[in-house]
Amino acid sequence: MYQYRRFNNKNGFFQKFGNLDYILLSCLLILGFISLATMYSTDGGEVLFHTKSHFIKFIVFFLMMIVISFINIKFWFSLGYLSYAVILGMLIWTINFGITASGSKRWIDLYFLNIQPSELMKIFIILCLAKYFHRMKSQHVNSFYSICFSLIIIFVPMSLVIIQPDLGTSLLIAISGIVVLWFAGLNHKYFFYSCLLSIISLPIIISFLKPYQKLRVLTFLNPDRDPLGAGYQIIQSKIAVGSGGFTGKGFLKGTQSYLEFLPEKHTDFIFTLFSEEFGFIGSVLLLLIYSIIIYRVIRIGALSRSYFAKLFCYSFGTSIFIYVVINMSMVLGLLPIVGSPLPIMSYGGSSMLATMIGFGIVMSAKTHSQQSIA
Amino acid sequence: MINISDSANKLNSLNRRMFILAAAKIIILGGIVSRLFFLQVKENKKYLTLSDKNRIREWKLPPIRGEFQDYFGNTIAGNFEAYQLHIIPEEVEDFRYVIFRVKELLELSEKQFKKIVKKKNEIKPWETLIVADNLSWEKFSKINNHLYDLNGVKPVISISRDYPYKENFTHVLGYVSQANENDLLTNENIKEKFVPGLKVGKTGLEKSFEQKLIGSNSVERYEVNAYGRRISQLAFQTGDKGETIKLTIDTKIQELTNELLKERAGSICVMDIYTGAIIAMHSSPSFDPNSFVFGISQDEWQLIRNNPMKPLVNKSLSGNYSPGSTIKPIVALSALENEIISPDFTVQCKGHKNPLELYGQTYHCWKKEGHGFVNLREAMKQSCDTYFYEVARRLGVDRLSVTAKKFGLGQKVFRNIFDNEKKGLIPNTEWKKNALGRNWVLGETIITGIGQGFIQTTPIQLCLMTAQIANGGYKIYPKIVVNDNNLYADKFTPLFKKSRNIKIIQDAMFSSTNEVRGTSYRSRLDDPKYQFAGKTGTSQVKKITERDRELDLKTLQIPYEERDHALYIAFGPYKNPRYAISIIIEHGGSGGTIAAPLAKKLFKMIIDRHEIRKNYGNKKYLDI
Repeated sequence: MYQYRRFNNKNGFFQKFGNLDYILLSCLLILGFISLATMYSTDGGEVLFHTKSHFIKFIVFFLMMIVISFINIKFWFSLGYLSYAVILGMLIWTINFGITASGSKRWIDLYFLNIQPSELMKIFIILCLAKYFHRMKSQHVNSFYSICFSLIIIFVPMSLVIIQPDLGTSLLIAISGIVVLWFAGLNHKYFFYSCLLSIISLPIIISFLKPYQKLRVLTFLNPDRDPLGAGYQIIQSKIAVGSGGFTGKGFLKGTQSYLEFLPEKHTDFIFTLFSEEFGFIGSVLLLLIYSIIIYRVIRIGALSRSYFAKLFCYSFGTSIFIYVVINMSMVLGLLPIVGSPLPIMSYGGSSMLATMIGFGIVMSAKTHSQQSIA
Repeated sequence: MINISDSANKLNSLNRRMFILAAAKIIILGGIVSRLFFLQVKENKKYLTLSDKNRIREWKLPPIRGEFQDYFGNTIAGNFEAYQLHIIPEEVEDFRYVIFRVKELLELSEKQFKKIVKKKNEIKPWETLIVADNLSWEKFSKINNHLYDLNGVKPVISISRDYPYKENFTHVLGYVSQANENDLLTNENIKEKFVPGLKVGKTGLEKSFEQKLIGSNSVERYEVNAYGRRISQLAFQTGDKGETIKLTIDTKIQELTNELLKERAGSICVMDIYTGAIIAMHSSPSFDPNSFVFGISQDEWQLIRNNPMKPLVNKSLSGNYSPGSTIKPIVALSALENEIISPDFTVQCKGHKNPLELYGQTYHCWKKEGHGFVNLREAMKQSCDTYFYEVARRLGVDRLSVTAKKFGLGQKVFRNIFDNEKKGLIPNTEWKKNALGRNWVLGETIITGIGQGFIQTTPIQLCLMTAQIANGGYKIYPKIVVNDNNLYADKFTPLFKKSRNIKIIQDAMFSSTNEVRGTSYRSRLDDPKYQFAGKTGTSQVKKITERDRELDLKTLQIPYEERDHALYIAFGPYKNPRYAISIIIEHGGSGGTIAAPLAKKLFKMIIDRHEIRKNYGNKKYLDI
């Protein structure tokens, strides 16, 4: 009887509405609000282009996320390979017909908006691999065939992004894929050996890097070697964060950003500005919000019945965590500078779109948590 | 069944791995938070300073230079408000239009215009471009009237150096001009206070007292953005004006000396014989220091530099002259002190027909007919060379040089105040051996006795020598700054063995000016109030040949460079003396006819102004 009722109501609209994760939703809304306020501050305390554009994108994509959450998780499961192929096609299209900006071809022109397929790939690679491992028997996971196949799935988009060139995003795509492999149960020893191998081959990799990338590594090791050139970004970023102090300089009072010392303050370095204005307390609170979001995502995964939904939620949550950690470490001088946006906070439509699609699928897993995928 | 256990297996593995990663995440999160804590709480001070360093920039304004005053408090080097025209290029909409309009209004030459355009291209668009640094009032008001169509042009009133007495004080004060690289390298203080357009002393007292005069910068503190543009002013800190330096010089007398030396090359020094205070010190010809303040034009500079009378040389301090007969008081004094001669010692001067002969060289007296039998007093009065040849021969150059040095010859009069002061030269046998590597010959002693040969003195040394004879033979320390804390100022060390000897010399100098047949008899002042005693000197610049002696040309018939220097030293009033002077006219001719008459006018004024000076000095105490 009980089971019947549940089965009966599983597609009811209000049922789904009630099943939405409101804590996750409200956290996302708070984050959206914070990001709008910060964007307002980057515009110098005026509602200018970035604030308006960010606001519209956030609203549109947030609504889109809610729409996605009403779509059955089965639909996303069935779309797994197709969407991956479409994005791969877009990446190839980018290489041939992409829009060149600041030295790299990253965008394609869709007439009403410019989209960056590499950002979308960060989500859809998880979807694709989650589908691939969903059906697989556990003893097949570590077979040569499946490892090779999943590595190809990761490697093809990664290399397409590297030649744009966009090292940061391609690394993030690879990390997203590897996270799925980890959850799928790939043997620990593979991770261990590949880690070892990459450390040994590090000098060789460095010798293949482009001069500007080498410079970034050197600058990371010692920012003071060229304080007005390559080291400028990281030095100014650390000054901004450090001068924020415990309570911060106050909203709209961040001198480093207001006086234009901060580079890329709308995108990759937005945390710097936030941290300067709201200090240690604000930064920890922001981290707390991110933590809650990631916790909710993983909790949804834990409560889902289907292996696909679990795998996707865990991987997506972990990926978001890694994006946040990489961005903050970079801004705080713990990692070399690679282009990696802070999810939702940073300005950028494609990143926002991809993140929101991800949350939409997670939310869909929540509303269809009792749904099992055959 | 297998299927179910397999999926359970997969789920187990998934959850286990999630758990492992969750633990890792918490550790990483802890790392990020601790990094934030490190940067924002622990190192906060350091980064706050760095942030302020980023955003706050200070602009130094030129300090206001201290003034120079004469003894009576008149400003002789002050500051005036210069009318300047500044443009900040970025505030101008159409720079070309504005600059052409300014060119038209100021009637700038093509050359000046190009210079301004070149300067504009060198600076950042928000930096100030100084179009004109010293405009006349007419042009300044013209610009002000046309401001409506000169957007971004700023008429500015700025403080600049002014020398109201023009050429009168040039060699004492020197002048200021734009600081150059050399000034920055040699003077730390200038380097520290440097701002573009800073003017520093180049010569004279302006240079010596740079540390005291320069003052301190006003500082404007601005918030700037990453590109260096000023956003807002945060603070303004007013600097201090440099110290005012009071000199012992009397402007009225200084002006008189300038007038007396007009059209001539030479120097006049006036000194207080008890305090050593310089009352006047002038070197002629002079030049207007005001033209250096904003940079002198090339033509004007060439004119000054190529003038044969050498206006750039401060003849009072760096002119080395043979003292001629003005050395005779010291020769006589030295002989008396060393008891070589008595005042009654007599020599026969036989004139040009029977000159003194020594080792084949002949030594003539200036007077063709000779002076006959002369004693010390007569010899000084008529400046008989033959007498002093004989005295010098008996005295020897070494003993003479001891006395001469004692009286301040052959060494700097002002210790370090003037960097262009020369030492002169008092020769002795040892000096010649060291410097020239040859032995001293007697003939050189003979001509040293009449102030010719190696001996060289500066006018200020002769003045000091005269002052020390006039005050009864006591050492004084000349000074030009009123509050010069001189350690020895109160100690009057006697320079003589017998004060009677000084009296004899004073008397002999009196006779030279005030008795018939004295060389400067025609320049005497009979009123005892003004009566002064002196000694003329005529120093040869080239050896007189037999032919010259036969021709006996008048001064004006000889080429300028070959004419004698005319010298005169004197002190007065004779009863109760107060002041000593030295006069030198380069290539002027005879000391008695050219230099001495100037002393007459000079002493009249010096002694008239003595009362005023004394009262002014005492007034300080009356006010209290």
